[in-house]
Amino acid sequence: MAHTHSIPSLDEQFEFTAESKRRLTIGIVAGVVLVGIGAYLAAKGIGGHEHAEAAHGAAAHGEAAHGAAAAHGEAAHAAGGHHEYKWTTRLWANVWVNTIYFTGAAVIGMFFIAYNYLAQAGWSAVFKRIPEALPAFLPIAGVIALITFFVAGHDLFHWTHEGLYEVGGPEYDPIIAGKSGFLNTPFFLIRVVFYFASWYLLWRVVRKYSLQEDLEGGTEYYEKSIKYSTAFLVVFAVTSSTSAWDLIMSIDTHWFSTMFGWYTLASWHVTGLAIITLIVVSLKEQGYLKAVNDSHLHDLGKFMFAFTIFWAYVWFAQFMLIYYANLPEETIYYRERFSGYGGIYKVPFWVNLFLCFVFPFLVLMTRDAKRTPIILKIACWGILIGHYFDFYNNIMPGTVGEHGGWGPMEFGMILIFACAFIWSVSIQLTKANLIPKNHPMLEESLHHDI
Amino acid sequence: MSHHNDSAKFLVGVYDDDEVVLKAVTEVKSAGVRIHEVYTPFPIHGLDVALGHPRTRIGIAAFLFGLTGFLCMVSLTYYTMGSDWPMVIGGKDNYAYPAYVPVMFELTVLFTALGMVGTFLVSNGLGPTTKPLMFDLRSTDNKFVMAIDLGKNKKSEAEIATVLRASGAAEVNVKQF
Repeated sequence: MAHTHSIPSLDEQFEFTAESKRRLTIGIVAGVVLVGIGAYLAAKGIGGHEHAEAAHGAAAHGEAAHGAAAAHGEAAHAAGGHHEYKWTTRLWANVWVNTIYFTGAAVIGMFFIAYNYLAQAGWSAVFKRIPEALPAFLPIAGVIALITFFVAGHDLFHWTHEGLYEVGGPEYDPIIAGKSGFLNTPFFLIRVVFYFASWYLLWRVVRKYSLQEDLEGGTEYYEKSIKYSTAFLVVFAVTSSTSAWDLIMSIDTHWFSTMFGWYTLASWHVTGLAIITLIVVSLKEQGYLKAVNDSHLHDLGKFMFAFTIFWAYVWFAQFMLIYYANLPEETIYYRERFSGYGGIYKVPFWVNLFLCFVFPFLVLMTRDAKRTPIILKIACWGILIGHYFDFYNNIMPGTVGEHGGWGPMEFGMILIFACAFIWSVSIQLTKANLIPKNHPMLEESLHHDI
Repeated sequence: MSHHNDSAKFLVGVYDDDEVVLKAVTEVKSAGVRIHEVYTPFPIHGLDVALGHPRTRIGIAAFLFGLTGFLCMVSLTYYTMGSDWPMVIGGKDNYAYPAYVPVMFELTVLFTALGMVGTFLVSNGLGPTTKPLMFDLRSTDNKFVMAIDLGKNKKSEAEIATVLRASGAAEVNVKQF
């Protein structure tokens, strides 16, 4: 009941302690060591699934092409894409998976802020500094993405090979050549730079207003923030889809799905919501965010619950049409993941479905669960791990194929990225009072009661 | 919320303000009077907590209705397509369950929705032949109405009327069903 709450002090300064910095540094060092071990194993040919290679041609492509399409040379060619496999491909594919994952986590911070402004939502004002802190990672992710593309673009993206576009050449691929108007290196680079730049700059503007509002008060910055948030949502409506095509779907160049943009947005969104919830709950446990009450947690839990279902809905909508229509050039995508490459992606495939839908759906269903911090945290971790495997499943088969696996390299790379991400968020959290004191909706948020 | 005792006698406190009635609930309860129910023109935040209503079990009911619908469609699709008259469609297994997920989902939703409507009617005594208890018609307009079942209270009618007036009731009426 609103009237029984006593509102705690709103002055809270987050402290990025030397102890946390030390832990994050250890995490990054441990990550680097693990990646080193993984790289050594990969270079030696251990730890991958080389044994699957012999069966590769027959099992993966034969099954994938599914009878009638066995003679469908193009499909086999696309999947077999990279003729000369280098172990570094797995390293760069790992960088790519984590870059995409944390890009999503970062941009969803802005997405959350933007739709809350546009809806003039009141309840979320008290913890809005947390989503606001996430997009600071975007420039880092953007630079890593560009570096990866320049260094390993040929290994990760089949469509970057010039031979595919030479009419009559030995590698000529009419399907990919037909996509060259969109899928060419200069336009691709322009788009990728545009995504990161537009997302980041719009966040800078809204963030600046938010910090100024803290000092000066009034509703002027609130009104301006709504305008820029709307602009962001318009930009993001288009770029969330196109970035999903560019950064993920273009890896499997022959294949396409009209659901893919939504699917990636759903995946990013629920990942971002889980990160926001996890940070809110953790900060509360550390004694910050005293003004965040059960109702805020309940709403965050509902948000995660709802978008877990949304993700499952989009996932299934994409899968079901392909499954039922049974067109070889579409079905191959799921065949590769379900039974191709010696079946090494079958476990991640089911882990993904279980952790992204079944687990949070059942765990977050009751009202009590959504109000209990420990259960929220468990659900968050399930969602976060599940959606890592979502991107793993979307990126790995098309890049490393039968050479993939899950070992020290994968785990180390996650550690490095996660620690860097937490570092970036922590720095942002120190830059302002943890509760936006002059936010016009703060009073409503403090009394939030459902 | 039993509506079946035929000759029940109620004392009805009529309040003018939502804040007043919310405070009155706590006062009347602490004076040792059992409140039957409070009727308001719009939902009042925290009223259910103040009245001490037990947490609704409607969520459990919804889950069970949904589960029933889900299992019905699983059985129906399995029986028709997998067992009774197996057919090969598109080269798939006879019981190609991903194809039936949409109808399983639909029936889950349908059973939940209809089940909840039924639950609502039953739990509110809105069956086709039942006569709803209307303590004061103005509770659908601008008044806040607190009903006290005299049969379930040890205090006398006069004592309760005093408590109601003291808690801010503008009128105290007797209602017999």
